[in-house]
Amino acid sequence: MYTQALDSPIPDARPGSPAGQAALERRFEERIERDEKIEPKDWMPETYRQTLIRQISQHAHSEIVGMLPEGNWITRAPSLRRKAVLIAKVQDEGGHGMYLYSAAETLGLARAQMLEQLLDGRAKYSSIFNYPTLTWADVGAVGWLVDGAAIMNQIPICRCSYGPYARAMVRICKEESFHQRQGFEIMLALARGNPEQRAMAQDALDRWWWPSLMMFGPSDASSTHTAQSMRWRIKRFTNDELRQKFVDITVPQAEFLGLKIPDPALRWDEATQHYLTGPIDWSEFEAVLQGHGPCNQERLQARRAAHEEGRWVREAAAAYAAKHGGLGAGPRSASCITNPRAQGSVHE
Amino acid sequence: MSDDWPLFEVFIRARSGLEHKHVGSVHAADARMAIEHARDVYTRRQEGVSIWVVRSSEITASDPEEAEALFEPARDKVYRHPTFYAIPDEVKNL
Repeated sequence: MYTQALDSPIPDARPGSPAGQAALERRFEERIERDEKIEPKDWMPETYRQTLIRQISQHAHSEIVGMLPEGNWITRAPSLRRKAVLIAKVQDEGGHGMYLYSAAETLGLARAQMLEQLLDGRAKYSSIFNYPTLTWADVGAVGWLVDGAAIMNQIPICRCSYGPYARAMVRICKEESFHQRQGFEIMLALARGNPEQRAMAQDALDRWWWPSLMMFGPSDASSTHTAQSMRWRIKRFTNDELRQKFVDITVPQAEFLGLKIPDPALRWDEATQHYLTGPIDWSEFEAVLQGHGPCNQERLQARRAAHEEGRWVREAAAAYAAKHGGLGAGPRSASCITNPRAQGSVHE
Repeated sequence: MSDDWPLFEVFIRARSGLEHKHVGSVHAADARMAIEHARDVYTRRQEGVSIWVVRSSEITASDPEEAEALFEPARDKVYRHPTFYAIPDEVKNL
């Protein structure tokens, strides 16, 4: 993915007349209309750029913070198989964060700046990760519901008008499917277990159901960004449409598990052919978003600690690179590493 | 906040016989670390047998504003494609 490190100027930094600006905007809208992809060096309206920076960086932060609730259970996974799977899943989340930071950087925001915004609390990330994982069943519920909701959100973004974001999302969606299936498998094992295990599974569903529905964001009536994002084909469906799809596929899965969705108002509606839920408590969503969820402080502290504890490693690597000409001068041509001997030669 | 390490573009050969293809980018202190990061970030599922990394700042790209001047001249030269030529159906192996 191209980035701000490329040597040519960003086109819209050039002075242009108002008429020229209008022509550029018209051409941009026409390209979107034709479903063409916009690439990093193409001209784009500043608001389009800012919308994408906000959305992609928040998405990246969510992947990174999302490693924490599940990482919490790696050392206590009930078997070696579960442990290996959980490590692989958490690694994937880290990888997804990296793909997305890469994509966001193509819009002109440096990675160090994004990291700074996350660590000083300015940046937002998905509110779901501010809930605790209290039992092993929560690892199952997170995979099944949280990753399920994420997939529902992410699949349409594979067709997003911005090329680097769409490509990152294709990669992420391919990997995400295993996350959801392993979560459901954990729930299934507990649901078929003894009464205590079934109770644990039910308790996890009780706690994760509503926060999962909130992951789709505010209802369409109060969503400030939806209309413009849909016009620019960054979004393809509204928050409520995606939430409804999620409810419709998840309710039968809960029935299969023999678990009860914690919503007394939930019912099948013959007329619309949808499951209708009771009202969502948006005051809880707002509170968590404002920093008052159960784990907001803990999550940020964990990120800051990781950053501080890794400082000496970063400094040592930079010193080593400087000593060996890796920083500054650098190799003048592409390092075409195809065999171990070639790999050695790059650093002579 | 320290500055970012330099950015490297990552190219991966999926398997022998295929070309290296651009897959994304990583920050790293040097090229060797870039290879290692690329391996962790882009090949967790055997997506490749070989990795190239190149500093992003070393890439010179064409300007999208020049796309017309660069690529338009090829548009009216359809005679470069085999389907341009009308050959009777009875003629075989052509």
